[in-house]
Amino acid sequence: MVAAQEAPAKLVGQPLKRREDPRLITGAGNFLDDVKLTGLCHAAVVRSPYAHARIVGIDAEAARRMPGVVAVFTGEDLAEVNPLPCAWQAGNVQNNVNTPRLLALGEVHQVGDPVAVVVAESAYLATDAAAAVEVSYEELPVVVDARKATEPGAPQLHDNAPNNVVMNWTCGKEAAEVDAALAAAPVRVNQRVVNQRLIPTAMEPRGSIGRYDEGTGEYTLWATSQAPHVHRLLTAAFVLGVPEQKIRVIAPNVGGGFGSKIFLYFDMPLVLWLSKQTGRPVKFFEDRSENYLHTTHGRDHITDIEVGAEPDGRITALKVKTWANLGAYLSTIAPGIPTTLYGRMVAGCYKIPNIHVDVTGVYTNTAMVDAYRGAGRPEAAFVIERVCDLVAAETGLDPAEVRRRNFIQPEDFPYDSGIGMLPYDSGNYELALDRAMENVGYAALRQEQAARRANGSRKLLGVGLSSYVEVCGVAPSKWIGLAGEGWGAGLWESANVRVHLTGKTVVTTGSLPHGQGHETTFAQLVADELGVPYDDIQIEHSDTQGTPFGFGSYGSRSLTVGGTAIYKSVAKVREKAKELAAHLLEAAPEDIVFENGKAFVRGTPDASKTIQDLALAAHVAYDLPPGMEPTLEATTFYDPPNCTFPFGTHVCVVEVDRDTGEIDLLRYVAVDDVGNVINPLIVDGQVHGGIAQGLAQALYEGAVYDDSGELITGTMNDYAIPRARMVPTYELDRTVTPSPVNPMGAKGAGEAGTIASTPAVANAVIDALAHLGVRHLDMPLTPEKLWRAMAPKTG
Amino acid sequence: MFPNQFDYHRPTTVAEAVGVLQQNPDAKVLAGGHSLLPAMKLRLAAPSALVDLSKVEGLTGISTNGSVVIGAMTTYAELRDSAALKAALPIVPETAYHVGDPQVQAVGTLGGSLAHADPSADFTAVALALDASVKAVGADGDRTIPAEELFVDLFTTSLAPDEVLTEIHIPAATGRTGMAYEKFRHPASGYAVVGVAAVVSVGVDGTVAQARIAVTGATSKATRATAAEQALVGKPLSADSIAAAAAVANQGLELNGDHYASAEYRAHLLGVYTRRALERAAASLG
Repeated sequence: MVAAQEAPAKLVGQPLKRREDPRLITGAGNFLDDVKLTGLCHAAVVRSPYAHARIVGIDAEAARRMPGVVAVFTGEDLAEVNPLPCAWQAGNVQNNVNTPRLLALGEVHQVGDPVAVVVAESAYLATDAAAAVEVSYEELPVVVDARKATEPGAPQLHDNAPNNVVMNWTCGKEAAEVDAALAAAPVRVNQRVVNQRLIPTAMEPRGSIGRYDEGTGEYTLWATSQAPHVHRLLTAAFVLGVPEQKIRVIAPNVGGGFGSKIFLYFDMPLVLWLSKQTGRPVKFFEDRSENYLHTTHGRDHITDIEVGAEPDGRITALKVKTWANLGAYLSTIAPGIPTTLYGRMVAGCYKIPNIHVDVTGVYTNTAMVDAYRGAGRPEAAFVIERVCDLVAAETGLDPAEVRRRNFIQPEDFPYDSGIGMLPYDSGNYELALDRAMENVGYAALRQEQAARRANGSRKLLGVGLSSYVEVCGVAPSKWIGLAGEGWGAGLWESANVRVHLTGKTVVTTGSLPHGQGHETTFAQLVADELGVPYDDIQIEHSDTQGTPFGFGSYGSRSLTVGGTAIYKSVAKVREKAKELAAHLLEAAPEDIVFENGKAFVRGTPDASKTIQDLALAAHVAYDLPPGMEPTLEATTFYDPPNCTFPFGTHVCVVEVDRDTGEIDLLRYVAVDDVGNVINPLIVDGQVHGGIAQGLAQALYEGAVYDDSGELITGTMNDYAIPRARMVPTYELDRTVTPSPVNPMGAKGAGEAGTIASTPAVANAVIDALAHLGVRHLDMPLTPEKLWRAMAPKTG
Repeated sequence: MFPNQFDYHRPTTVAEAVGVLQQNPDAKVLAGGHSLLPAMKLRLAAPSALVDLSKVEGLTGISTNGSVVIGAMTTYAELRDSAALKAALPIVPETAYHVGDPQVQAVGTLGGSLAHADPSADFTAVALALDASVKAVGADGDRTIPAEELFVDLFTTSLAPDEVLTEIHIPAATGRTGMAYEKFRHPASGYAVVGVAAVVSVGVDGTVAQARIAVTGATSKATRATAAEQALVGKPLSADSIAAAAAVANQGLELNGDHYASAEYRAHLLGVYTRRALERAAASLG
């Protein structure tokens, strides 16, 4: 073994380019649609054209006779198969649960509901045959708006959910107490805000391939999955009734998800069932239109805000009533999002003594709504950051000043916001605000704004602030679990770190990437902590066969929870290596120092054993200390004591054309605090993408249904997502407030940009129009909406 | 995602292409394919056959010798990057730059766009403003169709099913001519919510001798804004005359509305975009 002669440079903190990118961006990566299996058949789904209808009859005979058709099945054929489970119900309240069946039985409740499936020799033949399946329907009345759905006389979706209510959930103080605080407040503002529905639009749509092995009775599922272990568990134990060990789930390279690939979808158990029925491997891969219609959507809140404040800007009372549109059925974790992850975060970065949140989850004849990048926290940040600006407008204070006067202070941490969230771990909110204002040149912008308003400029200047805090690394099983927040399992993570005989190191992790660069970040961490060369480290993931259980990648939890499991496994490996080194160097274990991949007796670094020496010794195993087991590896199952709470302030500067309402994004300044950073390049990338997604919601993105339940933004020709030419240059900066929750001091960075940017941009646009008397406008802030808002008021 | 079954032909001459079209009444001509192929994948279009023009000789190229002649299969990227066009007809490269995105520009063609007659396309309006005409070749030889007669309605042209659009002719500009295309871009599709192309010639006396203003995106087909044109002719091209023209830009036009932009808003945009196009056209007079 050749030992490294010099201490290697630390990799943590280095902006390494992602090691996975060459394969992902040159076409060498294997995505779901690249998986080729002998005898593979293709499934095409017959979908309901109606948003609400009774299925009167299905005639599949013509389809069955078409060339290349292997089989056609309808909902009746799957009547004995369980519907999908809802794994996260709102805590401590009644949830009127209705989940989708693999194929609809009796009734359909949204456009795109699957009613039959065709299996054929090619995707073309399957599509042709699906078009030949004749389904007759009796149309039923439709409702797409969450508030209207709860009104008397509204069309009813499910028998067990009167008035289409999924659940009523509250948090914070009693309503009466907050009403009293509101009544006593000298400054009062009421505002209804809409957080419109979004379609996640991952670059790769969803799909699954099922293969049943008649010889072993085992199933293999390839799926576009953010949570393969959970998908195995739910498919096996809740849907198909197959022993868990008989299903293997593999997520190939996954092309983005933004949350939409966390959930169990009908096609995952369906392709396994189809494979068993037909004796052939079966692939289902949705096209973009199906993705838009039927893969989960995000957001869709209508919220009534009542706020009370002092004339000096201090917010004394906040009452929030939200109708959360959850769609036609409950997706896997749908009720948890507008409750635990939204309701318990509406205080934002502020000390507000009286808060009452009331959330009604509602069924409508629309696609299911579940977690989408940020999941509840963007909705909460939007509410509280609009509140700050509304209070500023009402009191005449600068929006920055309102935030400053309400901030939780550095010495307040850990801070309990009083509405049932775990204590915020650490923060310095004012520092981030100050830095952002300095970076953008806030005072000068306000002067220019005043000057433009004075001289009647046709280009209105707007400056928008958003100070956010979010909850990441959602985990503590004891808190989030069934008895508390209603999540039907734990949320720990696991990792195994194994130094092979050759010194090459393999990490198997339950966390997995769908674009975030886990293989790079985790390898940087291990390289530093274990002292093995970066290139010798392999990160294995995404296959239930060979990786320890993990709950999946979402909620910016991979590094803080999964990464900590790796960190702790490395520490265990190091401890064992030290023990072995003590034996080989004939010293006491407590005298051994382990540094940069070498173990030596304190004071004599020249006589060292490298980690590679020790791995070899541990594997050949002919000279181990008494009682020591061979090999050098360790596994950790890590359940953190708390979540982490990243924060920051974003500032957006816009110019609104007085003639047309067109908006130019002039500046975008972000100061984020995600704790300690492993790879700043990856964090910057996460922030860039997040800002783009968030500003798109503010300006142009939004799913629209017509009254018949048809998705009129059903293609990318109508549904606007941000393109390169539509985003500004980002001016990024960071403050660093380490999290005390995990040994790396990391907080998580996957969602911060999305959470912060929507209110920053919306506030900027509304600010541009403030002198015209505009206090609030609902998103997306399209030019026409602004043009109408700027029109001279008549009558 | 998966189109209906269709036959595929790749002729090497226009005559051969016309022959295939005559034998297949439900066939469609394939140029860049950026509109046709998505429509087929969504099964909104189901031609019995595609006649791919990519191997037909002589359908590409730009000639600026006097009047301008552009081969139908010339891509937007070629128009965008043409130094000759930047000198002779700057509105053409400028508009090409605003079509879709670089990927679309690399494959989409001028002839394909005009023959498709999308009501929100960019070059339909530019063709009207430039007084362009197209050459159509059919079984009985060729004919010239002025742009004005080419666009009949939404996605409908006066081309016969067995005719192939082979060339675009644009007359040489006379006197001092300024031109510009202004577009309000749809955030999703990149097509024009409202697009205005203006080509204005000023005579020796300093007044507008000819004004051709065409709109797209706002109407069921690209259409000339004749009231705006008339408001300019005989007047000096000034802020006042431009404002007067902009004020009547939507006159006589039946405007579209959709969930993104109402007809009322489009009517307003037409005025603003006509003004912007004319201001830039005036500035380009030199």
